[in-house]
Amino acid sequence: MRILVLTKPVPDPAANAERLGADLRLDRAASPTVVNGNDEYALEAALQLVEVHGGEVAILTMAPPNAIETMRKALAMGALRGVLVTDPALAGADLPTTVRVLAAAAAAESFDLLLAGLDTSDGTGGAVAAGIAARLGLPLLSAAARIEPDPAAGRVRVRRLSARGYDLLEAPMPAVISGTQALGTPRYPSLKGIMAARSRPIVTKTLADLGPGLAPEGGAWSSRVLGVEKPPSRAAGRMITVPAAEAAREVADYFVERRLI
Amino acid sequence: MGDTPVHGSVRLTEEQILLRDAVRVLADERVAPRAAEVDRDGEFPQDIRRLLAEHDVFAIPFAERHGGLGADLLTLALAIEQLSRACATTGLMLAVQALGAIPIQVGGTEEQRDRWLPGLASGERLIAFGLTEADAGSDPGGIRTRAVLDGDEYVIDGSKRFISHASVADYVVVFAVTNPEADKPSRRLSAIVVETDRPGFRVTRLEHKMGLRGSPTAELAFDGVRVPVGNRLGAEGQGFALAMQTFERSRPGIAAQAVGIAQGALEAAAHYATQRRQFGRPIGDLQMIQAMLADMDASTEAARHLLYTACQEIEAGSPASARWAALCKLVAGDAAMRVTTDAVQVFGGYGYVEDYPVERMMRDAKITQLYEGTQQIQRLIVARALLAGS
Repeated sequence: MRILVLTKPVPDPAANAERLGADLRLDRAASPTVVNGNDEYALEAALQLVEVHGGEVAILTMAPPNAIETMRKALAMGALRGVLVTDPALAGADLPTTVRVLAAAAAAESFDLLLAGLDTSDGTGGAVAAGIAARLGLPLLSAAARIEPDPAAGRVRVRRLSARGYDLLEAPMPAVISGTQALGTPRYPSLKGIMAARSRPIVTKTLADLGPGLAPEGGAWSSRVLGVEKPPSRAAGRMITVPAAEAAREVADYFVERRLI
Repeated sequence: MGDTPVHGSVRLTEEQILLRDAVRVLADERVAPRAAEVDRDGEFPQDIRRLLAEHDVFAIPFAERHGGLGADLLTLALAIEQLSRACATTGLMLAVQALGAIPIQVGGTEEQRDRWLPGLASGERLIAFGLTEADAGSDPGGIRTRAVLDGDEYVIDGSKRFISHASVADYVVVFAVTNPEADKPSRRLSAIVVETDRPGFRVTRLEHKMGLRGSPTAELAFDGVRVPVGNRLGAEGQGFALAMQTFERSRPGIAAQAVGIAQGALEAAAHYATQRRQFGRPIGDLQMIQAMLADMDASTEAARHLLYTACQEIEAGSPASARWAALCKLVAGDAAMRVTTDAVQVFGGYGYVEDYPVERMMRDAKITQLYEGTQQIQRLIVARALLAGS
């Protein structure tokens, strides 16, 4: 099986160093980056699938050139090669552009499954996987908790998280699948994996390499950030200090009043 | 906490930084949460041994052809430092594996290396270093364990004491008298690899120690243990020289453990100083606390840089390797003791109880002034090198 995983470098939440640039968008050079959490879960699932079914995992990233360092971390986990789409014209790319570009880059690869995190911790749009599936005319199986491909039959079955449990989805491959931490805990790269990752290939592509029609018209994005405001700070929580039995009733009443239970 | 600062004459390579950071993540996320338990239970943490094996941490000091990473001494020190920052027992796990392997790497034949090193690099097998005896610590000339040749086997009789990991190891490198008639005590010993499942090998007791409580320290008895002559490392009578060569490469590992312990205590104390409030403000606002923290940082950083330089000098084959090894162990061990003691002071009464890690770190630090040569022996080595050159 050939599995392509979208891995986006996002600001390291532990570094707490996000800054906004002059265009009021995230300054991606200001903060150390890590592989987006949900993408890491998807990568872990992909690695487990090729362990069972054979094949290779490759990663696809659209980011500034310094993303290579973060991509190496994904390669250290076990992906064999990477594709980095990077172009100065992509700075501040909005969601539709990101979808167009990643879809074009994915189309240049051959894959049975394209895996991605359900969303990314910086953009939180959560629409990239769906957008790529739509552009490429592929089935989308979202919010996957488990992925069960049947390579012989050319089909894949996914358990999708739902409000009541799981939905079982099935689709022909190639297919696009998005998921969350329900896919499993990402492995720590082994030291040998880290060393091996240094010599694994990362191919860099520009917009021109991917074909015409991807750059924004007139060099301007269709969306602009007009202003930025901090969210209002949350009101202090309510402390319940009565004995447990009474407290439980109070908590239950609180939920009932708000029709939460 | 932030990146370990690297400046001055020591620049870490990209590879060293990658490996150090990977070990740091393992140490922070997987080892640190177990450290207090490991200390309290006093049992060798097999789960952590498996963790280190699975992630190729044991592979660091071994050649690639033996399944290792082929990393240099400084990289090994970086790994031991990061592990010890979280848990000194875990740091020692890697240090002892490297220590036991050195006599094979230095004195073994190609066949012997191929036989033993791959299992050690994978972490599937553990090894211990059996030099010390009850009456022969700083003075290995007093070793009484005998190995007598009988056909193509040695028959070993005697005992060893304070042998780290010997109760969990698959092999012990035993230093025994094979040439009692040699003119110098330093030519009487041979190093022999003893598989611990051989009849006559027994663990007679485990020590109850002040610190490093998850790391078993064994007393061993050898009652007519028969070992093929092919298990001897190097020539007969070369054991003492092999032990001394081993210390040149192993003492930096203990220095690394000491630097790691000091760094862990420094970080804990600095964090506590921002949290603990007295007189209406964090104690970190008080200059007496600030001065202690600054001194702790200075001691730790100084020891670290001496260690890194020593590793590079030894790796480069410096003729003064014994001096470098002794210097870094001496300075780092004393720094660790001072820094952990001050960390307890910063914590006040809370530092003296098990709820916080610094009392453990203080107990763990003490051993770095004692083993692989006491601080007094290190000074002796440094002074000898100094006087010989004058």
